[in-house]
Amino acid sequence: MGTVFSFDVRGGEPRAVREALQDAVAGLHRADALFSTYREDSEVSRLARGELPVARCAPEVAEVLELAAEAERVSEGWFSTRYRGSLDPTGIVKGWSAERAARLLAAVDGVCGVSVNGGGDVQLLGAPEPQRPWRVGVADPLRPGGLAAVISTAGVDELSVATSGTAERGAHIVDPRTGRPAVTDLVAVTVVGPRLTWVDCWATAAFAMGSRAGLAWLESLPDVEGLLITAGDEVRCTGGLAARLG
Amino acid sequence: MHALKKNRPLRRIVLASAATVSGMVLLLSLKPHTSPTVATASTKSPVSSSSSGAPGTGTRTVTGDTVQTRWGPVRVRVTIKSGRLTDLTAVSYPQDNPRDQEINGYALPQLRREALAAQSAQIDTVSGATYTSDGYRRSLQSALDSAGL
Repeated sequence: MGTVFSFDVRGGEPRAVREALQDAVAGLHRADALFSTYREDSEVSRLARGELPVARCAPEVAEVLELAAEAERVSEGWFSTRYRGSLDPTGIVKGWSAERAARLLAAVDGVCGVSVNGGGDVQLLGAPEPQRPWRVGVADPLRPGGLAAVISTAGVDELSVATSGTAERGAHIVDPRTGRPAVTDLVAVTVVGPRLTWVDCWATAAFAMGSRAGLAWLESLPDVEGLLITAGDEVRCTGGLAARLG
Repeated sequence: MHALKKNRPLRRIVLASAATVSGMVLLLSLKPHTSPTVATASTKSPVSSSSSGAPGTGTRTVTGDTVQTRWGPVRVRVTIKSGRLTDLTAVSYPQDNPRDQEINGYALPQLRREALAAQSAQIDTVSGATYTSDGYRRSLQSALDSAGL
């Protein structure tokens, strides 16, 4: 996937946690081998070339394609799995695989908290300590060194935070209608919700929509909050975001 | 310094990266600019974290592993005073072209302050950055690990 995952696991017997971590990392490598569009021999590359039917792919491929179709439907086409006309589910795979890794780790006996950060998108489960929630800083794209907000898991058992933006990688979000870099007044969109699989897709879609449509759309989704920052340094939030700040 | 880079064999990179800060500066100057094969080879060099100063007392500096990113190697050095992170600098980072320089001129100071802020504000992780910051984060983590923090 060309990115890096970091794990923070609290509680549990060290050996069992280490083994689960190995499984989680193996799962990420497997996802990369199945889904990478940079690898000619990945199942998704072969699927895109018509060499392999979905039915003969690994079960994860059908699962991810189904999730991606759902994301495309909910986002009214703003999240898309096609890039320059060919199949490219990359946009959903990172969030999906990070969430899957987090759940695998949380299933270990005695584990009370898991944080998995996949290239800046975070899935949090449980809590790091009995009286302390997980706290996630949201990088401020316009103020070097600043955090735009701090999101807390206080009061909820699972939460994820995903940010889409132009800050560091330049324009990499494509408008599915034009195939060109998205024309948007936003520099970053952070979306907060229970599952990283969805939240990551919603951040991408809202970014491409722009601040006005993006905010209205995020507001319409249940259990989802958003923080949008425009190039003019305006910050717009969904109504329920305040409850998630900490 | 740039004249060095073309003629020195890879072995020099390996030797340099096993040494101390001066070695890392050399590594930086020897860093291949556009050749992906050399960049891959240097991933295999036996890079390890190095530290100076006595553990547990006063001020120590610890240098993290060199982490390869798609855009080039990233390596950070931290200063620890009485068990707390007090400073952090990037000793190597992608700066081969104007775009790299633009991105890192912006991103590295931001990431530095984020790491310092995260410690003071008890923030567990940060959402929003990719590539360079991941390499930066990994190098930072290896520095903190070898400092025993």
